[in-house]
Amino acid sequence: MSQKFTLTVNGQAHTIEADPDMPLLYALRDDIGLNNPKFGCGLAQCGACTVHLDGQPTRSCATPLSAVGKAKITTLAGLGTPEKPHPLQTAYIEEQVPQCGYCINGWIMTAAAFLSDKKKPSEAEIKDALSGVKCRCGTHISILKAVKRAATMMG
Amino acid sequence: MTKFEKTSSFSRRSLLLGGGALVVSIGAAISLETVLSIGQAYAQGAKPPLTPDQLSSYIAVNADGSVSAYFGKMDMGHGLHVAIGQMVAEELDVPFKAVKVIMGDTATSVNQGGASGSTGIQFGGKQMRMAAAEARRVLVEMAAGLLSVPADKLTVNDGMVSATEDKSKRISYAQMIGGKYFNVQLDWNKQYGNPLYAPGKAQPKNPKDHKIVGQPIKREDVAPKVFCQEDYCTDVKVPGMVHGRMIRPDVAGSVPVKVDEASIKDIPGARVVWDKGFLGVVADKEWGAIQAAAKLKVEWSQAQPPFPEQATLYDHIRKATARKSQVDKENGNVDEAFKSAAKVIEAEYEWPFQSHASMGPACALVEIKDGNVTCWSGTQKSHFVQQGLAATLGMPLDKVRVIFKTSPGSYGRNDADDCAMDAGVLAKAVGKPVRLQYTREEGTGWDPKGPASIHKARAGVDASGKVVAYEFISKGFSRVDVGTNGSKPLDTLAGHTQGVALKSGDGFGVPAESYAFDHKRMGWETIPPLLDRSSPLRSAHLRDPVGPQIHFASESFIDEVAAAVNADPIEFRLRHIKEPRDVAVIKAAAEKAKWDTRPSPRKDQTGAKVSGRGIAYSQRNGTRVAIVAEVDIDRASGKIFARKFTVAHDCGQIINPDGLVKCIEGNIVQGISRTLWEEVTFDRKSVTSVDWISYPILDITETPAEVNVVLINHPELPPTGAGEPSIRPVAAAIANAIFDATGVRIRRVPFSPDRVKAALS
Ligand code: FES
Ligand code: FES
Repeated sequence: MSQKFTLTVNGQAHTIEADPDMPLLYALRDDIGLNNPKFGCGLAQCGACTVHLDGQPTRSCATPLSAVGKAKITTLAGLGTPEKPHPLQTAYIEEQVPQCGYCINGWIMTAAAFLSDKKKPSEAEIKDALSGVKCRCGTHISILKAVKRAATMMG
Repeated sequence: MTKFEKTSSFSRRSLLLGGGALVVSIGAAISLETVLSIGQAYAQGAKPPLTPDQLSSYIAVNADGSVSAYFGKMDMGHGLHVAIGQMVAEELDVPFKAVKVIMGDTATSVNQGGASGSTGIQFGGKQMRMAAAEARRVLVEMAAGLLSVPADKLTVNDGMVSATEDKSKRISYAQMIGGKYFNVQLDWNKQYGNPLYAPGKAQPKNPKDHKIVGQPIKREDVAPKVFCQEDYCTDVKVPGMVHGRMIRPDVAGSVPVKVDEASIKDIPGARVVWDKGFLGVVADKEWGAIQAAAKLKVEWSQAQPPFPEQATLYDHIRKATARKSQVDKENGNVDEAFKSAAKVIEAEYEWPFQSHASMGPACALVEIKDGNVTCWSGTQKSHFVQQGLAATLGMPLDKVRVIFKTSPGSYGRNDADDCAMDAGVLAKAVGKPVRLQYTREEGTGWDPKGPASIHKARAGVDASGKVVAYEFISKGFSRVDVGTNGSKPLDTLAGHTQGVALKSGDGFGVPAESYAFDHKRMGWETIPPLLDRSSPLRSAHLRDPVGPQIHFASESFIDEVAAAVNADPIEFRLRHIKEPRDVAVIKAAAEKAKWDTRPSPRKDQTGAKVSGRGIAYSQRNGTRVAIVAEVDIDRASGKIFARKFTVAHDCGQIINPDGLVKCIEGNIVQGISRTLWEEVTFDRKSVTSVDWISYPILDITETPAEVNVVLINHPELPPTGAGEPSIRPVAAAIANAIFDATGVRIRRVPFSPDRVKAALS
């Protein structure tokens, strides 16, 4: 049975009507029309769909609408803009990280939440925080460089 | 452009080229007729047909002076478009930023083969370079007429042609042809795809004069991607679009016999599309389609489980009757030479089926409107998908347009082409545009697979340790069970499910190296597929098709022979390798890695954690790569840490060194992943590795600590491929390092902890 949901996405309220069991990912992509996050697995295994719910990295493919409540949703598009980029976005450009780039969402959103909590992380801490996020093209080396660069920028 | 406005007479003269009425005297040296004839010969308002023999099919100068380069291949993630832009800008003498490379749209480019065999620069770039050089030649000739200056007294800078001795005499490309089209015939070799070649009369520049080629220019598409300003194929929407999902059988080969459409009637817009074995659903919303696929009640035919137990896979390959046997290289008298050998060393290696497992499962959108088909796809080969859709939907080719949109990396014949065909069938059946994205299960479980194989190697050595006889024979499933693209229904799931039988081709390969043994034989055998249609184990091209498996075996084996004669692995290779460029990459890798010359294995380690180093090298279509791997092994857990890689890489002329390094790093990481973790699992009924748990890849915590790349540049040589060659020797380099550390030879991929632990105990 469809229900009304009001979602606050990147500071803007959207009211949609949808099945409470529907994962948040489809609300963001199909109902609200965002081109991010991405669908990678639908199984909470890859990170491609990651968004922040009140700052917490959350895999939207496995988060039913009924569980979102009043949480503020931030997607990669809401993290920063070309005028006011998030340090990770800047670092991604500087380090020229992506190949296909389909995985970007997972890495940046996961790393952004981690770096906002953890200042000056060690390499091992960065790796542990990102463990499980997937990049099939194998851009691992550049991802780590970018996250380290962003960590430095964020002091 | 304003700074050129003063040369107004030239601007007016340029009107001549558009057929305008304004006639300006050009001076005595050249007649008006000549100017007009040059203009009409080279430029026109209407676009010539999109054929490979037209310069306009590759290059256009726009009214604002920017250049469009229409490219019949596409970038699948390595940044190929940057390199192509550099080559075009270089030959045309325009700034790099002035060139926009438009890739893989069948409406704007000719069939240059799509992404294929690491030929983006080798063949695609070669053609674009020749086209750009011809465009420059023609533009200079036009300028010569307009400026009354002989062509050899003109120079070009940033798209401005000026008299070398009088810079005030000048005219820009845009003034001459901006917004119009080249009307210039090229000398086309009448081939399509990778071999397409259509030079003009111009010679490309001498590499010594290159200013843009060879520079580490950055990708401009990274910022739009991180700011979500670029739509991927998954994000394209058209009005009236509905969403599709396919339904696959639990037992591969079974087909639906009863479908209860009423079981999904509550879902808005839900409809079933069923034709023989083809079964899909559409719904208004994506979530609706997902639910419909889950809820639809289907009765399936009783099919014999088609596959052997996975544990018997290599026995199956060993025992299967070869469908084709072929010796690709033979010299000397191998059988006789083996008889004379003092010692014969033999080994056999095994490589599993592997999946493309693209980061997102394939997605395609097909719209059929007013008799025209438009498909947005992440395919590697849009021109072939165009042919496939025409055949699958029964449409004339010229009514089908396929637009490549950025998508998850493909690494070969992944699930993209199958998805485009399925979307086409759904769209035709429901009369609405259909966006179809496969599930993770389809992306990993149902993509065409890299073939499983075994490799038998033998070497005879004489008393001095010299190799006197050598034989290397691979046997496996074909690399072209289904073709490299979806151009034929017999090569796609949509074709198979609708009744077209698979027509498996025969293809494998032999090691690409230059070991000069007096008596040497290298060959391969292919065996039939396990199921003759709609098989989740149908085999096809996966990055560096059959390269990783063949060279895992051949380069492990050379190491085994070196160890058998107590020689250092590099010193032993260099005794036999004859190609100077091969020698150079091996020496470069060894030097950079500070290779410690001694035989393997090292014998100085005890304890739970041991380390070793290994070398492997190979060629690939003109490129050569040598890799030194340094690995740590935890004996207790069997876990391998592939810690450090030193890669020497020679692909002729380097177009963009930074892009090349990234491309190599990706190959190394993916190569480690395939060596340590990747194996398609299956039971009697179907493939059981269907997600990231059952088909693990290299985690970020396992990233090598160092990947050092040594680029060997040969500006004087044509560029060869880089997209795949460096994945080729990775597995053998790791295997050889494990042997160095432990004295144990692992001959089956992947080197998962369990397998390594078992081998070490
Ligand atoms: S799509 Fe959500 S984790 Fe993969
Ligand atoms: S860049 Fe392609 S999956 Fe990460």
